[in-house]
Amino acid sequence: MREPDSFIHFKAISKVFGAITVVDALDFHVARGEFVSLLGPSGSGKTTLLMMLAGFETPSGGSIHVDGRRVEHLPPYKREMGVVFQNYALFPHMTISENVAFPLKMRGVARTERDTRVKRALDLVRLGHLADRKPSQLSGGQQQRIALSRALVYEPKVVLMDEPLSALDKQLREHMQLEIRALHRDLGLTVIFVTHDQGEALTMSDRVAVLNRGKIEQFDTPSGLYDRPRTRFVAEFIGETNLLAGRVAGRSGETATVALGTGASVTCDRGAAFETAQDVIVSVRPEMLHLVQDPGADNALPVTITDHVYHGDHIRLHLACGESHLVARAGRRDAAPPIGSKAFASFAPGDCSLVVP
Amino acid sequence: MSSASLRPGGAAFNALRLGFGTLVVGFLLLPLVAILPLAFTDSVFLVYPISGPSMRWFGVLAESQAWTRAIVNSLIIGTGATIVATVIGTLAAMGLRRELVPFSGLLRSIFLLPMVVPAVVLGVGMQILYARMGLASSYLGVIIAHAVLCVPFVLVNVASSLASMDPALERAAASLGASPVEVFRNVTLPLAMPGILTGAVFAFATSLDEVVITLFVAGPNQTTLARQMFSSLRENISPAIAAAAFIIMILTFVLLLAVKGASLIGALRKKREISGL
Repeated sequence: MREPDSFIHFKAISKVFGAITVVDALDFHVARGEFVSLLGPSGSGKTTLLMMLAGFETPSGGSIHVDGRRVEHLPPYKREMGVVFQNYALFPHMTISENVAFPLKMRGVARTERDTRVKRALDLVRLGHLADRKPSQLSGGQQQRIALSRALVYEPKVVLMDEPLSALDKQLREHMQLEIRALHRDLGLTVIFVTHDQGEALTMSDRVAVLNRGKIEQFDTPSGLYDRPRTRFVAEFIGETNLLAGRVAGRSGETATVALGTGASVTCDRGAAFETAQDVIVSVRPEMLHLVQDPGADNALPVTITDHVYHGDHIRLHLACGESHLVARAGRRDAAPPIGSKAFASFAPGDCSLVVP
Repeated sequence: MSSASLRPGGAAFNALRLGFGTLVVGFLLLPLVAILPLAFTDSVFLVYPISGPSMRWFGVLAESQAWTRAIVNSLIIGTGATIVATVIGTLAAMGLRRELVPFSGLLRSIFLLPMVVPAVVLGVGMQILYARMGLASSYLGVIIAHAVLCVPFVLVNVASSLASMDPALERAAASLGASPVEVFRNVTLPLAMPGILTGAVFAFATSLDEVVITLFVAGPNQTTLARQMFSSLRENISPAIAAAAFIIMILTFVLLLAVKGASLIGALRKKREISGL
């Protein structure tokens, strides 16, 4: 099956190392011009997946299609993919312009055209003035941009990035995130980006595949992952969340009523996938939880304030609800309720998600 | 003396370090310092005190057919052995890294074996083997024998320079469109070059210095400088030996200097580039 918007297709792709299944029969599509992140903890298989696409690992099963062509048995140098490595992998014995010219030289591009294209690629990352330096004379951020420029200079079909920003400090990382996003938009690149940093995945990607133990937990837009997590892993891995264990007491259409372990009952608008009497977990983001005094408010749970912590732009409230511990965010202008006082934590039925335990 | 000064960086520690260093250097250099002046004696005996300075023993070397022949042989065999050992050692180091080959650990040990096997054992073995193969008393035979001894030096040096190379570099080159041959030519080889050169110098010096195996496999026509020195030591202890030793040392020294100079020039160039920032 080939979807009309399928540019890259991983088809039942697996990778087994000895007794360990690192990538487990994954099946997903990436559209042309899309920025897709592979997000997961270490050992989730995200880098292995990328290395199979780049040609450095051979799949144990399944196939990879790029632009309608099977590629899994092609050697790396025939795949036309630009790879940006974690530690940049600039050739230390070549100057910056020689580094960027390398892929063109390998393709037999004539010298004059090579020079023009190298200059253009360096200008793209605004480092044209460093053309004659050696990589060791550049800062980490500059080396990263050169690596990017070298991966883009021959206009590859796909750009693969393996945690390219993890070696940079926070400020530089955020700057580079914006820069890579701008390049992606301006050049219409198809990018596969591997990261373990959920913030990075959310800010940069069109879609994010959350991987856990070789399986895709959820492949969705950033807001889809954050607002509508489908599994407990995604709810916990992306951002921060409150999890309330319970059982579906009844369902009408989309709306499910969940009897919580604490004895309270809540309703959730996104319960279509669950049946009555099924065990579920209700996931509510801290910023969706509001403290109220009215027991009749939506999904009001009786809580005791155990602590409040000042965070500059917001105040975090730690709440005890029966045996479970909840976290809520309050605006900095809100008066923090005194510790030990009682209140109700309320959230709208549309502001929570039901996930599989 | 306070115990604090005995810590690394303390005054007493530094003095101790300097003293010990001097002792070690003295232990290594004194024998050479003792023999070398005798190359310039005008006496016919290899003894101190030197009665007067003279170059006569270098003259003897130059005029003697046996000695000049030995020097030329040493250069031929040394060069041949270095080339063979450098090629084999470099390829072995490249093939054995990353355990791509089955039993790579075992294979590596086999390559390093000539370092630990007594030279006499190797020599006897090679003599028997060569006699059967018709390689006895031939230049090729001696070159191969020396190369066997030299391979470990090249292997170790190239392996360490490959180990310091980021493996992502070769992957990067491949992903950028370089075929395995291009990756080797443009990335692996240039980055392994310092190790290859150092290994080659060690190989040449080893060949220059080798006596035992040469005694077994070389015929009269392949007498090397080291072997010539060895046999003339038994006949008569003339200062010509000191002169020959001087030549061997100068050869080795020049080689080491060349490598050092090459790396120094490289470092200077790097420094200039950095200061150009």
